Amino acid sequence: MKTVSPFLELESGPRVKVILDDVALSLPQGANLAAALLAAGVPVFRDTPISGAPRGPFCMMGACFDCLIEIEGTTRQACMIEVTDGLEITRIHHDEALA
Amino acid sequence: MTRSDLAIIGAGPAGMAAAAQAAELGLCVTVLDEQPRAGGQIYRDVDRVAPLRGDILGAEYTYGATLTASLKHSAITHLAGAIVWAIEDQFRISYTRDGRGAQLDADHVLLATGALERPMPLPGWTLPGVMTAGAGQILLKQSGVLARDAVLVGSGPLLYLIAAQMVRAGTPPKAMIETQTRSDFISAAQHMGGALRGWRYLAKGLKMLASITRAGVPRYTSATDIAVQGTDKAEAVSFISNGHTQRITCDTVFLHHGVVPNVQAARSLGIAHTWDAAQQCFVPKRDEWGQSDKEGVFIAGDSAGIGGAKAAEYAGTLAALQIAFAAERLTREDRDRCAAKLRAKLAHEQAARPFLDAAYPPYAQALLPDDSTVICRCEEITAGDIRGYAKLGCIGPNQTKAFGRAGMGPCQGRYCGLSVTALLADARGQTPDETGYYRIRPPLKPVTLSELAGMEVTTPDAVH
Ligand SMILES: Cc1cc2nc3c(=O)[nH]c(=O)nc-3n(C[C@H](O)[C@H](O)[C@H](O)COP(=O)(O)OP(=O)(O)OC[C@H]3O[C@@H](n4cnc5c(N)ncnc54)[C@H](O)[C@@H]3O)c2cc1C
Ligand code: FES
Repeated sequence: MKTVSPFLELESGPRVKVILDDVALSLPQGANLAAALLAAGVPVFRDTPISGAPRGPFCMMGACFDCLIEIEGTTRQACMIEVTDGLEITRIHHDEALA
Repeated sequence: MTRSDLAIIGAGPAGMAAAAQAAELGLCVTVLDEQPRAGGQIYRDVDRVAPLRGDILGAEYTYGATLTASLKHSAITHLAGAIVWAIEDQFRISYTRDGRGAQLDADHVLLATGALERPMPLPGWTLPGVMTAGAGQILLKQSGVLARDAVLVGSGPLLYLIAAQMVRAGTPPKAMIETQTRSDFISAAQHMGGALRGWRYLAKGLKMLASITRAGVPRYTSATDIAVQGTDKAEAVSFISNGHTQRITCDTVFLHHGVVPNVQAARSLGIAHTWDAAQQCFVPKRDEWGQSDKEGVFIAGDSAGIGGAKAAEYAGTLAALQIAFAAERLTREDRDRCAAKLRAKLAHEQAARPFLDAAYPPYAQALLPDDSTVICRCEEITAGDIRGYAKLGCIGPNQTKAFGRAGMGPCQGRYCGLSVTALLADARGQTPDETGYYRIRPPLKPVTLSELAGMEVTTPDAVH
């Protein structure tokens, strides 16, 4: 799941623990969640309900809805949320084969 | 419920300048923006970010702090993180903030919702790792996150700006695959006169190009047949440039071929739009002050037609003058005196546009993609599906919804609307104006039940 990140982080501030599908990640506190996940080497955020194709953030400005993830049972746009301590994130899988 | 003289949707240059001008003239203003901090796209998060990486982003970015400072005026309420999802008559604005729905009333509304990147459907554009170039820039601006090995694909000044910023940050793009051709440049030359009046932009463009070349970034021009390859994520970009087939491996692809007005809010109000052939997009109809055909609703900045950040600032100020005049806070003479200076600056700002529009046209194969290319990312509808609907007699974008689910996903056509119009117009031999665009209905963004449950609802007026 986690690969070497294609992204580089310029700053190193305090980090907090976030759970992504049962895996603990250490992400920069207050950072944009989508950016922090990409920088942590998570390229795929969900798969599509129709073909099960993988998707990751596309616009980073709240317009495309490709970055949808689930937090406390609610589907939300990762690019519109900030990282907080103890955040529990579930990636939405429609196609179990990809899970 | 609170009532403002003016509610502004969008805290970019247009919205911030309008707020400052209106507040100065004595109006009570509320500014709503879904982003956590003011700035809009160009000056995103400038107050927090300028001290961290203002050097990489440049003086044109840090300038935005003068505008965000003006929001501190006591007559301005800035509701950050407020997602506006409905604007109803005379004017009640519904929004979600901190997970709760809320409403406010205003006598006038200014839509300053900015631009979106023009959809660039090409094979593989839905793969993880493929993002808009603006998204790449947002990662850098807001988060200090940089792609190590990105390939930039497309055309336009913003593509060069982002490449130049990546160079300055020490992670130059792996390559630039550019779609504009020499003949685009030659046809753009006829607009050179205007461009020279806007010579600062040209000089800036040449400086950016020089820095990209100096950093050793390979540039491939006149690119066609561009496809992103990969199974679960982007692995390479293939294309043909000047007769040669090329393939560049990479894990990040940034696409861009211009920006187009974000018309969701204006469309939801039923405001009339017309096709702008030079900019290849729909623009809302407005009068010389930016007022739409719906009285009391003004539109300024890139959501009214692409003009850039400075033009957005002037247009926002112009709208505020007229709104203050309508609210009897400004005499006609004072309004016109202030407006004359602004209009001169606006004209100067717009001088270089025709040149830029002609020199960096959209990538033709993404305007009318191959049948197998997905155009509606949400519902995974292909260009071939839309052509098929046209054959079955589908006459316009709203009818496509009877054939399939194009435009019915959560993005509400933001990244397929123009493609659907173009494909139908092409198939039926019509103009984009004749073909039309999706009808947009509120909510502009999905609203959850819990957000609605938290909402204080007051009945509008007891007596009608
Ligand atoms: C991704 C991107 C990056 C760009 N980067 C640059 C750049 O670096 N330099 C440059 O010169 N130009 C850039 N541009 C072009 C840009 O459009 C203009 O320069 C300028 O930002 C336009 O100003 P504006 O005030 O019209 O809109 P914007 O600055 O885009 O501001 C619009 C604001 O409206 C808000 N908004 C929209 N809809 C809603 C809603 N429903 N509810 C609440 N808030 C809403 C948005 O969050 C946004 O903050 C960029 C454009 C895009 C799309
Ligand atoms: S990446 Fe487009 S909405 Fe989040």
